[in-house]
Amino acid sequence: MTESSEITPEQVQHLASLSRIAMSEDELKALAGDLTTILGNVARVNEVVSDDVPATSHPIPLSNVLRPDVVGPTLTSEQALAAAPAAHDGKFVVPQILGEE
Amino acid sequence: MSELIRRSALELAAGLKSGEFSSVEVTRAHLDRIHSSDDDFGSFITVTDDLALETAKAVDAKRSSGEELHPLAGVPVALKDLVVTEGVRTTAGSKMLENWVPPYESTVHTKVKDAGLPVLGKTNLDEFAMGSTTEHSAFGNTRNPWNLDRVPGGSSGGAAAALAGFQAPLSVGTDTGGSVRQPAAFTGTVGVKPTYGSISRFGIIAMASSLDQVGPMGRDVADAAALHELLAGHDPLDSTSLPDEVPGFVEAARRGDLKGKKLGVIKQLRGEGYQDGVIDSFTSALDVAAAAGAEIIEVDCPSISYALDAYYLIMPSEVSSNLARYDGMRYGLRIEPDEGPVTAETVMAATRAAGFGSEVKRRIILGTYALSAGYYDAYYGSAQKVRTLVQRDFARAFEEVDVLVSPTAPTTALKFGAESDSDPMALYLGDVTTLPANLAGIPGLSLPSGLADGMPVGLQILAPARQDIALYEVAGPLEAALTAAGGRVLDTLAEGLTAK
Repeated sequence: MTESSEITPEQVQHLASLSRIAMSEDELKALAGDLTTILGNVARVNEVVSDDVPATSHPIPLSNVLRPDVVGPTLTSEQALAAAPAAHDGKFVVPQILGEE
Repeated sequence: MSELIRRSALELAAGLKSGEFSSVEVTRAHLDRIHSSDDDFGSFITVTDDLALETAKAVDAKRSSGEELHPLAGVPVALKDLVVTEGVRTTAGSKMLENWVPPYESTVHTKVKDAGLPVLGKTNLDEFAMGSTTEHSAFGNTRNPWNLDRVPGGSSGGAAAALAGFQAPLSVGTDTGGSVRQPAAFTGTVGVKPTYGSISRFGIIAMASSLDQVGPMGRDVADAAALHELLAGHDPLDSTSLPDEVPGFVEAARRGDLKGKKLGVIKQLRGEGYQDGVIDSFTSALDVAAAAGAEIIEVDCPSISYALDAYYLIMPSEVSSNLARYDGMRYGLRIEPDEGPVTAETVMAATRAAGFGSEVKRRIILGTYALSAGYYDAYYGSAQKVRTLVQRDFARAFEEVDVLVSPTAPTTALKFGAESDSDPMALYLGDVTTLPANLAGIPGLSLPSGLADGMPVGLQILAPARQDIALYEVAGPLEAALTAAGGRVLDTLAEGLTAK
């Protein structure tokens, strides 16, 4: 399985692109080394667990946490847009999303 | 330096109540101290003089008109710059939020404001609370007031240095894997990680949501207890907030008695990798506790050996998800790529490349890997199962003992740059003592146990979930017994500062 697998700069490039972080060749190489080391260690978690152990996602689970369905105060659009890098006409301005085609 | 800054928060509260001095005087004394010492310590990213004095004046006016006030009204506090403050820049120690002025208020700041505590400023931290030295802040290093060549710990390093440097009598930190307890240990102060959900996370910039918890910090146990009482309580704005009553933590610290208390020493959290001076201090503290009537019992928590590994899968996974919100579109930094097409995708990639530091990027990439299809079960899935095993180990241990104890950190404060010399796993190993509590959601407290080579050593106490009061019932009398036996750790530093 994954225990001894080495992470390549190409794999890091894929992860960086999934995470939307532009990276230099040097960063990719350094992170490939770091990830190989870290994953080589933490893969030990496989040694102790078995199928009959349930997973814990939250340390103290609470269920059905709901509030009454009534309208409360919210930010105005001016407040929400105040920290935006670019805004126009009460909306966020974003770069082109779709291709030229 | 003004004598007022030497006083504990509860002493200040008493003096304010009796009219010995005003909140404006107390607040000004601390602001003066910050301005004369922060070139050395670098505890603060932002100092909020006007805001603090405005609150102090308002509290003084209310007091003189006979209005009923919160017991801590008028006592200044510093907030870690991960706590959102409406109208006051909140950076999370990151270039990404360098100029972000939040349009909303955190519950922590609302509570602090409503109680009338002047906010001195926002303290330095590792970027988005990722790190254990405060060297990962985009706003420069914080130095340890005990020795300026050493780190204050992290990620709440500024919060701890502000206390040890007598810049603030109270600090609010956050603890995801030890970020309150470890800096408290490194600076000879007291830091508490409450039960998960004890203090609202609404308006706390998220790192790893199933592990993050706000933590009160002070120079002694009673001060931390008083701040915990103020901050705790159910908050409908946080769906993980516990609907529990807040008991009298200060009272518990005062009336606590070590006689008959069972203290469990975790077998897995001592021995190899621990600095000799740390173990010596820990062992002497146990002797002091035993002399005061406590029973010391060794307990076995085998799964803790795997807690570090589980933590370094779960935490980065949650980080990679939480930090996806920094997309350069709605708030924070936006950077356009130097070349090529300018699209939403390339702008995001350029923004995140420029806005995040190396440790943040490493954790996002690691988390993205751990959550990838094909690896999810082996990594994230197994880590969540280890989390169950750690919880079971703690539950079994608490059937035998009242609280668990360990050194808070394997070493005293490291020198600057120690991290970069080592491999990434070596630097994560420093969290091995503190992060099991975050995985299990249980509360923990660090208090000073003594000195090793002139640097403070912390002792960690862990209690069952939702029984934070048990921390104070032990920490209060233990602090008293340790002070009686060897003096107060912080007094050593205070004498030096006065001489300077």
